[in-house]
Amino acid sequence: MRLSRFLKGATAAAAVVALSAGFAAGEAAAQIKIGSVLSITGPASFLGDPEDKTLRMYVDKINAAGGVNGEQLELVVYDSEGDANKARTLATRLIEDDGIVAMVGGSTTGTTMAMVPLFEEAEIPFISLAGGIVIVEPVKPFVFKTPHTDRMACEKIFEDLQARGLSKVGLISGTGGFGKSMRGQCIDVADDYGIEIVADETYGPRDTDMTPQLTNIRNAEGLQAVLNAGFGQGPAIVTKNFAQLGIEVPLYQSHGVASKSFIELAGAAAEGVRLPAAALLVADQLADDDPQKQVVVDYKTAFEAEWNQPVSTFGGHAYDGLMILVEAIERAGNADPVAIRDAIEQTSGFMGTAGEVNMSAEDHMGLDLTAFRMLEIQNGDWTIVE
Amino acid sequence: METFLQFLFGGLTVGAVYAMVALGFTIIYNASDVINFAQGEFVMLGGMCTVFFSLWGLPLPLAAVAAVIAASLVGVALNKLAIEPARGANVVTLIIITIGASIFLRGLAQVVFDKQFHRLPSFSGDQPIDVLGATLTPQSLWVMGGAAVIVVVLWYFFTRTTFGKSILATSHNRLAARLVGINVEVVLLASFALSAAIGALAGILVTPITLTSFDAGTMLALKGFAAAILGGMGNPLGAVVGGLLVGIAEAMGAGYLSSEYKDAVAFLIILCVLFVMPSGLFGRRGTERV
Repeated sequence: MRLSRFLKGATAAAAVVALSAGFAAGEAAAQIKIGSVLSITGPASFLGDPEDKTLRMYVDKINAAGGVNGEQLELVVYDSEGDANKARTLATRLIEDDGIVAMVGGSTTGTTMAMVPLFEEAEIPFISLAGGIVIVEPVKPFVFKTPHTDRMACEKIFEDLQARGLSKVGLISGTGGFGKSMRGQCIDVADDYGIEIVADETYGPRDTDMTPQLTNIRNAEGLQAVLNAGFGQGPAIVTKNFAQLGIEVPLYQSHGVASKSFIELAGAAAEGVRLPAAALLVADQLADDDPQKQVVVDYKTAFEAEWNQPVSTFGGHAYDGLMILVEAIERAGNADPVAIRDAIEQTSGFMGTAGEVNMSAEDHMGLDLTAFRMLEIQNGDWTIVE
Repeated sequence: METFLQFLFGGLTVGAVYAMVALGFTIIYNASDVINFAQGEFVMLGGMCTVFFSLWGLPLPLAAVAAVIAASLVGVALNKLAIEPARGANVVTLIIITIGASIFLRGLAQVVFDKQFHRLPSFSGDQPIDVLGATLTPQSLWVMGGAAVIVVVLWYFFTRTTFGKSILATSHNRLAARLVGINVEVVLLASFALSAAIGALAGILVTPITLTSFDAGTMLALKGFAAAILGGMGNPLGAVVGGLLVGIAEAMGAGYLSSEYKDAVAFLIILCVLFVMPSGLFGRRGTERV
């Protein structure tokens, strides 16, 4: 009895092994394996979730259309929950166990930076979807990124301030990777635009009340504008507290909150808030002769039809990353990681949701300030500030 | 002065929430000696259930009531399915069970609801109220008022009703309570339901201000725990005072020192209390039981 049960179990196990081995052998011949570690759950889920959906949707579309160079793409996605340690472990698994040839992922700057050394060492190209400038500066041979940097966001905001004749800015930033990095960059470039930082406050990623910090900012002498660097629910609470305190200067948010959910969370308090963001958010409002219009409208239509939820720029970063990679594999003609890397570096004139990408050996992002649009929230929707 | 007042208002609002969480800790601790680390999840459930019940078509007040009932049922289930079967295990084991339950509830909320942040509309508008130059949202008044009402109702329940008194009796001496004919199982069940209901109510009141998500409860549980420790574990008055003090200390810390240290303030309080006066401000002295 016991023996027969053992035998049955062993047979079943053997069958499973044989089956899976068969699958692997059968499909490996015509597959390009790409990996992704995203913050699908956790505090950065609003980044990882649309990125995950975008990657899955477009990998399916590409495969349905015949794949890349006649080979099918296989996508392996892991969830880092926004945890840098977990991201590193999962990246190791992608490189060592899954044997990927390239990676499109890393939702946050923190998780990206934790994974960078692994990809550098394994010599596998890594296209990050996070904003921090540290990812591509200094340039690392195998690391690229698709979103605008926080430095560009600061520059865009300061440009707008200059145009409005404002110069004394109160800064409030989250202590997470994004907020910290952007705060540093803003302080760094402030002088170039004649901006004076008159207050500098921070809040934790789980804070629920920022009125003390904003009270201090309100009390800063000569305050003319407030800039909030951060993403997630923090900026929504800052915006609500800002309205509660009745602070009467313009409030600027970062590109980190460029999604409809920010307007929903902040409610009426979001009226009049300005932020720099990619054209994707205002796809329908772009002029017809805008070179970006076609790409962003197509992506928006496809995403919203498939997932029945409003598009966000973060999913757009994943789209850009995947498309840059696919183009590079096509140009390289094979799926050798080093050949892919070289091809990615030669990307030029690629029109993505973030803007036109022209990479080079010195620039692994390839975007300039024109890719950003300054938006203002009016009547619960985005409008382009001219 | 305005600045101080503004910090104080911020602190009192957050403190009132901590106080409600701490009350939840206290009630369960008194009835069963268990420190229920799933207390924060009750707060999360209150907010999330209300958001989703109203999304599914219930009018807001009804959604809120349904959310409180749902959370109470979860509290009862927690006791029935997790705590009661382990009755007789030592307290540390029970506490670990509640930590497990909190992780489970968070996971469940991710699956049943979603992973996004959600908000509820403020109950009576967003027009800030000006008090001596500082501003207060009407929702803050709701939170503080809600906490006050809960305290009064609890006080009445525990000192003026037979059932409330039987819970108190059980907390003092379970064996003696059983001997005089109190159904200890029912008392335990009731205390879990009650503390879940209070948590859920806190969650509903505070969601318009702080937003909510499946993992909103974790930090609240820790802060509420700090508040309960500060006030003296097991003392309802201590829980309320402790909650308000932790909230105010955080706001003042963020305002006058640096916002970097805001969270540290609560944990510094736990450490100091444990070192200097382990039984808290209002705690029973000499809690060692032989």
